[in-house]
Amino acid sequence: MTGAPTFKTAQGAPYARMLGVGGYRPARVIPNSEIVDRIDSSDEWIRERSGIQTRHAAAADESVIDMALVASEKALANAGVTADQLGCVIVATVTHLMQTPSAAAVLGHRLGTTKAAAFDISAACAGFCHALALANDMIRGGSAEYVLIVGVEKLSDMVDPYDRGSAFIFGDGAGAAVVGPSDVPGIGPVVWGADGGQANAITQDVPWHTLRDDPTHKFPTLSMNGQQVFRWAVFQMAPVCQEALDRAGVRADQLDAFIPHQANLRIVEAMVKKIGLPDNVAVARDIVDTGNTSAASVPLAMERLLDNGEAPHGGTALLIGFGAGLSFAAQVVTLP
Amino acid sequence: MATQQEILSGLADIVNEVAGVPVADVQLDKSFVDDLDIDSLSMVEVVVAAEEKFDVKIPDDDVKGLKTVGDAVSYIAAAGA
Repeated sequence: MTGAPTFKTAQGAPYARMLGVGGYRPARVIPNSEIVDRIDSSDEWIRERSGIQTRHAAAADESVIDMALVASEKALANAGVTADQLGCVIVATVTHLMQTPSAAAVLGHRLGTTKAAAFDISAACAGFCHALALANDMIRGGSAEYVLIVGVEKLSDMVDPYDRGSAFIFGDGAGAAVVGPSDVPGIGPVVWGADGGQANAITQDVPWHTLRDDPTHKFPTLSMNGQQVFRWAVFQMAPVCQEALDRAGVRADQLDAFIPHQANLRIVEAMVKKIGLPDNVAVARDIVDTGNTSAASVPLAMERLLDNGEAPHGGTALLIGFGAGLSFAAQVVTLP
Repeated sequence: MATQQEILSGLADIVNEVAGVPVADVQLDKSFVDDLDIDSLSMVEVVVAAEEKFDVKIPDDDVKGLKTVGDAVSYIAAAGA
């Protein structure tokens, strides 16, 4: 009788980092003036409560996979990586309205991957930072050499245009990053978690099968308790930011950029104050003309800071995603 | 146990810090929304700061009932500050 065989395990790279980022904003721009009548509001009210002036909306026949494809091709080109080098594709989304197969599998095929695993994750507005944490661990664990991570949402499919609490907040878009091996640290320890006790704070109002049971029921939409989310985001997430800095051994004054999920400009400003960020740290305020694009907001904001020269390639940034779940993830990164 | 005046004074400092309203304007009969221009999100910031300062809990559901500064002072006093 022989004992259990000793088998080999995967060996990964010493570290991982983002190599390139790419974004996609749909062509149609929706100003506040197009929304205010439906929710009995005003441009001024929306700007004061959220900072949002415009957001983008995908075309009716434009899917999350279509949007993800454009962002992914840009990210691959910026990274100098080809689709056939990818070992995994992860799509973070809550608005891929096809239950199965995953958006990631179809996206990988359209990109021309040849050996990539592919799957979607559901972590809402925290999705991109979750995917980044997974990619980091995969590369360091030897499960993949290059990983494509995408945050993409077509929230216009899921928002009630008459809901005063959310109709003005959300936008459509996609952001992608290629993560690959590195000889030096490029992604700090993730600080993440979830509080299902607050599942009701941001939620689809009814499950899909409501439509099966009652075909006259309205299409499911998102609902959000703005004050509950604001309280949680500002007062619970600032300490998460600090913990991500502490675990990476980075001080706030060593950051080049702070790229929080673009939930609401008021949340961004309150977080900056709570964390005590010095003035010289560039803060992402992409929400002003992009709206809240959930999983896509962090990579879209990152791409813009880099393109505008507000943050340097190779600079150090703090990322945090937070949203429905409630779920959150934060990490210090080297910008691609 | 804080006096009503101590609570009012502490609350005035918080409102000033959150929304830039002059401390002297924060009086018991003033409405947060109509007189002090404190919107629902600033109100959350005021409430959380008050929770920390006075060591009380003010759940979201109760915040809606705090229309005036006096409402907030009474709530905080009754909650044991």
